Amino acid sequence: MSAPAKLPRWAELGLLPLINLGVALVVAGVIIKILGESPLAAFKLMATGALGTQEGIGYTLYYATNFIFTGLAVAVAYHAGLFNIGAEGQAYIGGLGTGLVCLYLGAWPFWVVLPLAVLAGAIFGAMWAFIPAWLQARRGSHIVITTIMFNFIAAALMTYLLVNVLIKPGQQSPETREFSANAVMPAAHELLAKMGITVVATPLNLAFGLALVAAVGVWIFIWRTRWGFALRVAGANSAAAVYAGISPPRIIVGAMLISGALAGGLGLNELMGSQHRILMDFPSGAGFVGIAVALMGRNHPVGIVVAAVLFGALYQGGSQLSFDMPKINRDMVVVIQGLVILLCGAMENVFRAPLTALFARVRSGKGIE
Amino acid sequence: MSKEPAAPPSTPPDAPPALELRGIDKRFGAVHANRAITFAVAAGSIHGLIGENGAGKSTLMNIVYGFHRADAGKIRVQGRAVEIGSPQQAIAAGIGMVHQHFMLVENFTVLENVVLGVEGGALLAGALAAARAELGRLARDYGLEVPLDAVVSELSVGLQQRVEILKALYRGAEVLILDEPTAVLTPHEADQLFVMLRRLRAQGKAVILVTHKLREIMAVTDRVTVMKQGAVVAEVATRETSPRGLAEHMVGRAVLLQVEKRPAQPGAELLSVKALEVRDRLGVARLKSVSFNLRAGEIVGIAGVAGNGQSELLEVLAGTRAASRGEISFGGRDLVREQLDPRARRALGLAHVPEDRLRMGVVAGFSAADNAILGYHDAARFNRGGLRDEAAIRAACAAKMAEFDVRPPQPELRLAAFSGGNQQKLVLAREIDADPQVLLIGQPTRGVDIGAIEFIHKRLIALRDAGKALLLVSVELDEILALADRILVMNGGEIIGELARADATEEKIGLMMAGVRAEASP
Repeated sequence: MSAPAKLPRWAELGLLPLINLGVALVVAGVIIKILGESPLAAFKLMATGALGTQEGIGYTLYYATNFIFTGLAVAVAYHAGLFNIGAEGQAYIGGLGTGLVCLYLGAWPFWVVLPLAVLAGAIFGAMWAFIPAWLQARRGSHIVITTIMFNFIAAALMTYLLVNVLIKPGQQSPETREFSANAVMPAAHELLAKMGITVVATPLNLAFGLALVAAVGVWIFIWRTRWGFALRVAGANSAAAVYAGISPPRIIVGAMLISGALAGGLGLNELMGSQHRILMDFPSGAGFVGIAVALMGRNHPVGIVVAAVLFGALYQGGSQLSFDMPKINRDMVVVIQGLVILLCGAMENVFRAPLTALFARVRSGKGIE
Repeated sequence: MSKEPAAPPSTPPDAPPALELRGIDKRFGAVHANRAITFAVAAGSIHGLIGENGAGKSTLMNIVYGFHRADAGKIRVQGRAVEIGSPQQAIAAGIGMVHQHFMLVENFTVLENVVLGVEGGALLAGALAAARAELGRLARDYGLEVPLDAVVSELSVGLQQRVEILKALYRGAEVLILDEPTAVLTPHEADQLFVMLRRLRAQGKAVILVTHKLREIMAVTDRVTVMKQGAVVAEVATRETSPRGLAEHMVGRAVLLQVEKRPAQPGAELLSVKALEVRDRLGVARLKSVSFNLRAGEIVGIAGVAGNGQSELLEVLAGTRAASRGEISFGGRDLVREQLDPRARRALGLAHVPEDRLRMGVVAGFSAADNAILGYHDAARFNRGGLRDEAAIRAACAAKMAEFDVRPPQPELRLAAFSGGNQQKLVLAREIDADPQVLLIGQPTRGVDIGAIEFIHKRLIALRDAGKALLLVSVELDEILALADRILVMNGGEIIGELARADATEEKIGLMMAGVRAEASP
């Protein structure tokens, strides 16, 4: 009888995130005001910087591509009841796989390199997720702890490889040589030019399309296959999973392999699409933003794509802001992004209870006094 | 059942009621949980509160105890109007509650549990000494003997319940609410509880007994209030009513309390268990050398106080728990040696309705349709070309809902939105529709309303008559007696006796449940 009332779907998926976002912007506005700039002007600058120009849109979607991959990675694990904090490390190692294919098989035609690069990224990312998954499934080591540890191990391993093994001889910075032209993801402006549409050159590339394909794939897998069903059962109620003959340890390992593979897609955008070499710290926090993206997108692929574009816009708008408003430096932009993550991710339930109560009042016909 | 002198009310007849509710109204969103409830309990009486699940009993008692606040209505205690917004205020007003699930700190002593929350100072020693003296007095007055320095986890369930009652009395309760107090007790322990309640009545306390067991209402209460769909539908003196009359009030129509069934005609042996042993993670034996068999066309009931190995037996047969030793023969296979998982066992024709539906049998947040394929989700009939066949899944669920009268018949609705009875009917439909040879079924009517109980019992007997074997575990002795053709009694992880239904009486089973072995029949 005392079951909590539910929010209607549109409020759950639309209104609540908007309120959270609004509050984050209000708090950010206060900070901007304290710094001595006009909040309205700042937000306008961010909005136009992210979405007002072709260049802005290109960059926004380019950033969003990374967040879609990592957001999907977090969401798949989440549906299996696992909190994968290791998308950062999985993306890093996954990118290594993609990069190695591009470096050493780059002489082959693009349409051969591409599937191999996708596969290698997925396998490397999955393997990096496999060890924490196995430890969780067989030894009960908590996956939050192990995946975060594996982020550090990934960072140390990549530093070692880039400094000592993969570095292009005869230079100081720990980077590989550039990929050959066959191993470069076609840029969006090039693809559009072939169709006769001219747009400004940006790093946006074919990987964005691959990310959308991955989102559709995740949706089909989670909601339309029996394996996805088994995964959701194990995540929602592991006792019921055992009862139904689903092995939770197998689900843990399977879900984390898929999660790691999705995180491994980041290299397709960042390395093949933009940097054209393997370099230090290329995921640059996208694995963590993926957590906020998944939370905000309610672990649903459509929500994740929307949230990823929003975070892409924040990234792009934020850099525009630090260019044009000298009092707001790069770190301030990180603070604003942090506020959005805090309110939309970590504190997403703060406004749920009052909103639910409000809806219950309205529905019970009493109106709002 | 022990005889107690009928207690004369210790208060004059014109005294105000110990607890009086007037026009209590409560809504949860669209659900009207309590509709203008008026309810009064006299001091020195035991008042039964009965109704189906979802009738609003718990809501009403939670309002009295301050867990919920009523939208409208007044509460008066001893004639004084009181505002109850929290359990603290309820306790201050002299209301005590013993919950179905005890609220005790298991690794504290009895004394520490009693003073918890009313220590009244920074140092414990004074409070403990005062409590010891006061509890001595309560023990004398009410016959509530409890070893004060024993750790709660080492006490039997019956004694733990006594601690809960002491807690309430120590806080000065004049009105004591007991929510389904006998659910965890043996019949004998329940009788002891009733003796205690009668003593409380004799001392002038008002006792409210919330239950769904008609037998208890008849045995111990003075008056009874029947609730249905959030409203009071009847309030009568117990001696002027009958179980049948109460059941009709609860359901709103005539109910068969005893399901008709023909004598069993057991056929071939379908499943046999030999020297089955289960140890838990700490190496403690939960099942000790259990052997029995199940034959086609019979219902075997397992009776026992909760926690004596019945749950482990069901789980190890279903494959959700590993056996340490022994043999389960079914369909020509040894399920223990081959370590078959639940899915493989289902494929052989061994279906399972688990005891704790919400913990194991369903996923509350998923749709009814998804729940109706749980465990059968890999079956070809629900999949097409690597994808789930959504239309087939929905159609199968709709068919089950129609056949088992699951309401509302909406496959897309979240399972949690269904009542307990309808959830259970859906689980039952899922397992029965798979056409099993053997059905393991635990607590088939736990949390299920009377109308649905009748339906479920009929379906189980129909399954038996179709030549299937059923193993029934239930803590409701009435249910075992109503359904089983053969009764095994478990105590301490062993089967300590077997009775044919014709020889079984409540007394015989009750003794065995308490651990007294049946003497060898002459």
